[in-house]
Amino acid sequence: MNGAHDLGGMHRLGPINPESNEPVFHQEWERRCFALTLACGFLGEWNLDMSRRARERMHPAKYLQTSYYEHWLIGLQTLLVEKGLLTEEEIARRMSEIGKGETS
Amino acid sequence: MSDRHEHAHLPDTVLRVKALESLLVEKGLVDPAALDTLIETYEHKVGPRNGSRVVARAWSDPDFKQRLLRNASAAIAELGFTGRQGEDMVVLENSEKVHNMVVCTLCSCYPWPVLGLPPVWYKSAPYRARAVIDPRGVLKEFGVELPETTEIRVWDSTAEVRYLVLPMRPRDSEGMDEEALAELVTRDSMIGTGLPLSPSQVPSSK
Repeated sequence: MNGAHDLGGMHRLGPINPESNEPVFHQEWERRCFALTLACGFLGEWNLDMSRRARERMHPAKYLQTSYYEHWLIGLQTLLVEKGLLTEEEIARRMSEIGKGETS
Repeated sequence: MSDRHEHAHLPDTVLRVKALESLLVEKGLVDPAALDTLIETYEHKVGPRNGSRVVARAWSDPDFKQRLLRNASAAIAELGFTGRQGEDMVVLENSEKVHNMVVCTLCSCYPWPVLGLPPVWYKSAPYRARAVIDPRGVLKEFGVELPETTEIRVWDSTAEVRYLVLPMRPRDSEGMDEEALAELVTRDSMIGTGLPLSPSQVPSSK
């Protein structure tokens, strides 16, 4: 199935702008998101193609407006919820608790 | 006690990652120490230095080069580089006639065991879009201009097959040992968006 991820040949997406001496990760949350995605992959609930598909199912506009590891994060949450390992509600609740400093 | 509101300013993305990690650890689904090990491995242990050693070996050992071109995964494993996202490798040899360049138009497929994790530009929409329709324009953006007579071949990676470009050995590198040769091999030269350094560009090589 095609979608916003199927980018080969698209015009007008601007310059590539390679960064010199680029770090492997730019922010701490990217490190954690990367490792969480790999570690959850080891649970055996889904395979690599399903991980990709979970990212590719994002809304096209959102896909193009978010960064690479945001795609990973959204894909990971989609799979965790679909497999019944976490619920949307508990994720929202925990985000709110962390935001208020009630837990770390 | 720290400030209860210390995280109030955090963006949604950061909160979401923290929430997922916190819940997954609480449920015993992930081990925080395993997360640290994964980060340490891919941030500091696996990277393009591995690929440089493969290329330098191919430049100095014709038998190894033949094995590399015939069965890349097995030849690369001789140097100890194996693992995720590199199970089925293909090595593409550059020549005066043909220059190879690698992209993953759909996502970010990349040979992790030899190059580490891909840079942001490799995963970016502009590179993925343009590599396949305007490779010469892309190369120019990376400061590379090839003769019109050189054919450019673009390889679109898949979840299964990962490519490594074997760049041409620079002129004036005769007599250099494998270790010194590896210093000439840049990450981009193994993706095909760059060329190896010449010995004069490496100050410590003499």
